[in-house]
Amino acid sequence: MLIFEKTKKGRKCVDIKKPEVEKYNFDSSFLRENDANLPEAAEIDLVRHYSNYAGEAKGVDNVFYPLGSCTMKYNPKLNEEVASLKGFNAIHPLQDEVDVQGALEVMYTLSERLKEITGMDAVSLQPFAGAQGEYSALKLIEAYHKENSKTPRTKIIVPDSAHGTNPASARLAGYEVLNVKSNSEYGVDLDELKKVVGDDTAALMLTNPTTLGLFEKNIKKIAKIVHDLGGLLYYDGANLNPIMGVVRPGDMGFDVVHLNLHKTFSTPHGGGGPGSGPIGCKELLSKYLPNPKVVKVGNEYFFNSYESSIGKVGSFYGNFLVCLRALAYIETLGSDGIPQSAKLAVLNANYLKHNLETKYKAINSKSKYCMHEFVLSLEDLKKETGVSGMDVAKCLIDKNIHPPTMYFPLIVQEALMFEPTETESKETLDYAINSMLEIYELAHSNPEYCHDAPHNAIIKRPDETTAARNPILKHI
Amino acid sequence: MSTYFPHTQKDIDEMLKACNASSLDDLYADVPKDLFAKKLNIPEGKTEQEILDQFEELASKNVVYKTILKGAGSYHHYIPPVVKALSSKAEFVTAYTPYQAEMSQGILKIFFEYQTMICNLLEMDVSNASVYNGSSAAAEAAIMCIDRKRKKVIVANEIKPDTLKTIKTYVDGHGEVVVLETEDGKVDIQNLEKELSDDTACVYLEQPNYFGSIEDAKKVGDILKEKGIKFVMGVNPIAMAILKTPRECGADIAVGEGQPLGMPLSFGGPYLGFMTCLEKEVRKMPGRIVGKTKDAEGNDAYVLTLQAREQHIRRERALSNICSNQALCALTATIYLAALGKEGLKDVANACVDLSHYFASELKKANVCVVDKGEFFHEFVTITKSRARDVLKALKEENILGGHLLDNDEILWCTTEMVDKKDLDKAVEIISRFA
Repeated sequence: MLIFEKTKKGRKCVDIKKPEVEKYNFDSSFLRENDANLPEAAEIDLVRHYSNYAGEAKGVDNVFYPLGSCTMKYNPKLNEEVASLKGFNAIHPLQDEVDVQGALEVMYTLSERLKEITGMDAVSLQPFAGAQGEYSALKLIEAYHKENSKTPRTKIIVPDSAHGTNPASARLAGYEVLNVKSNSEYGVDLDELKKVVGDDTAALMLTNPTTLGLFEKNIKKIAKIVHDLGGLLYYDGANLNPIMGVVRPGDMGFDVVHLNLHKTFSTPHGGGGPGSGPIGCKELLSKYLPNPKVVKVGNEYFFNSYESSIGKVGSFYGNFLVCLRALAYIETLGSDGIPQSAKLAVLNANYLKHNLETKYKAINSKSKYCMHEFVLSLEDLKKETGVSGMDVAKCLIDKNIHPPTMYFPLIVQEALMFEPTETESKETLDYAINSMLEIYELAHSNPEYCHDAPHNAIIKRPDETTAARNPILKHI
Repeated sequence: MSTYFPHTQKDIDEMLKACNASSLDDLYADVPKDLFAKKLNIPEGKTEQEILDQFEELASKNVVYKTILKGAGSYHHYIPPVVKALSSKAEFVTAYTPYQAEMSQGILKIFFEYQTMICNLLEMDVSNASVYNGSSAAAEAAIMCIDRKRKKVIVANEIKPDTLKTIKTYVDGHGEVVVLETEDGKVDIQNLEKELSDDTACVYLEQPNYFGSIEDAKKVGDILKEKGIKFVMGVNPIAMAILKTPRECGADIAVGEGQPLGMPLSFGGPYLGFMTCLEKEVRKMPGRIVGKTKDAEGNDAYVLTLQAREQHIRRERALSNICSNQALCALTATIYLAALGKEGLKDVANACVDLSHYFASELKKANVCVVDKGEFFHEFVTITKSRARDVLKALKEENILGGHLLDNDEILWCTTEMVDKKDLDKAVEIISRFA
């Protein structure tokens, strides 16, 4: 039952203090005709209602969540405590700079840390999510070419294994998108790349490790091909977790990066947001970063705005409390903890992959080692038993494991993409391995049972086709 | 150093062995040797206690005011404890986007309730499950209206500066932005009519506007309807409890900043962009949308829907690149609206109105120049000739955060239910020294 169905006229949860001043009355021509239809419930009803909803949801605090490309690592409670300090959440964004030196110091310090981790020269914390970071970075690239390129650069090159946001952001930024095929090792095919790069190329968007969890070995050659023809190289930070503190995008030849603080830097995903998508860039792009920038003069911090900037991509300065949590995380791990975290993320992924490969087919490079994530192709299993990637995913729900990312990347049939992250223990991974091996047996012995999964969830396989064809988008 | 990995050395050794690797670095076999980074030039890790000390010290360098008379896009409202208690539940906070409906019904139901409440508040047909903030919502709305023939986006002069800047960024490359000229701090209908043309995609105005005044949005809506031009309204959600709704004013798309609905000031974020439209526009709407359907056994079920609009399905043909949104903020707003309820939200709106009008009239009585731009909601402008900075400084000494400085003379004030009559009396006394 929704909250609207629990409404009773006259019930109230909160009383608002009556002002001790005269009532002001507008002429009725300014006023709405009917009251907004909002719930009327007592506090206890409200508390039970939403507490019960919490019981119908699962987060990292509840279950293993190996959702590939989403980096569902543990979200430290310490960072929530920091974000709940009044000195951070009770300050107005338009207070004088002298009043908010602590907040500006947080922004400045986080920018400095992210510069060092990515190997970039400048950072903006303004983009509100990863996709907006992509968009903002592309606007930087556009501004740069407008000023420096002799030819119009209207095309963005994207590998066929890329996240869907890459081509969508390029389109939103007004670019034409060219897809480049992967080679037999699931990396960028250099010959194909040479065919599409030209003097109309604005940039190549790439994530490394790739969406298959494999390190793009040819990265320096790729950078040279693009740079030689005047294009720029864009780094999608979705997959930074296995290389933070180990390999830096700036050293690989990237000119601009976006980061997902809600992935790599452990801020909670909140059921889909808020995230934060800072961008970092090399000197050649820095003057185009969004306004305003935090600058340090002596021991004081200020906001500065620049004419050459692309402007703003949202109100104020970004998702500040998300940035704050990320800084607390970076300061906690420090110079040793960050690379150690990356390495253990890689260890966990390899351990999981290695054990699943006894039955399932994984996408591998020649070294057989993956980075933070790996992709299983269940094509053979489906041929043999009829049990699909979706069926296996739904069987995992019965094991109280959040399913991996399904059917992505698009270049792998029946793909399941696992990203265990560094915060999971060997015991949790062993449980997941056993669960997956049991499901493998089940697929052969009782495929019907798998088609029918999940058996222990509160609902089973909602009809998405009808939902989209006859949309019901609110309670009436 | 605190870490969040549970590995013992024994675990690491056993796992490496299982992977046929002798060290962690072996796992990076695919990385060219010359790419490995030097040790990061950042401080060593710290313990929890050290981190708390460090951040408490940083927090103490920010001034938290007792009385806040500043709005301008970020509003200080009462947040009932029940809102924080429920919205901080770990099941909500630590979940991902509800891709797996079977494991996420609780979250999907909240977004469905959110969409319903926002639609009811604005009397619009469809709401998405949130975008980043009010400014990006307005920019996305402008993009929705642009097509091959209609590329001109007309915006009122009296909109939030950040929103104007964001619209300009987004529209760049797709069309052009024209800012209406005005004289008296509100949309000038004659100027607007002059600017309308066959290539006008939409008109955007804010209600109440940046300076607090209530626009004659219905009149604008009537004119645009006649010309077949889309009308986009940016509204304050608290004001919507009492003011004419976007539906009544003829809006095709209504958006706004949802921060007043239960989110603290937080130095500007995370906030909440809400976005609604008429039924006919729904397939152009960006962002996540939750729909109701049935499951395999005929039970009610909630899912992410109309995904054919979205990046992960359509890639370069997608209408939106939004992936992460402001889900937890939408969830917070839902619980806030449920807690305040039908009467409570009106009480908040009316308290804002009563207090701001008391404040303005007391200022006038004390000979402070209050700019008359017609009816206003909870913000208004004063003129204290070349003394505006001094006014704010004097207030600060009394632990009052004054209004937003517009220039050397003008200050934009905001009064919410968080202030008392005695706070306002004190502020009036101080401000009147500069009248």
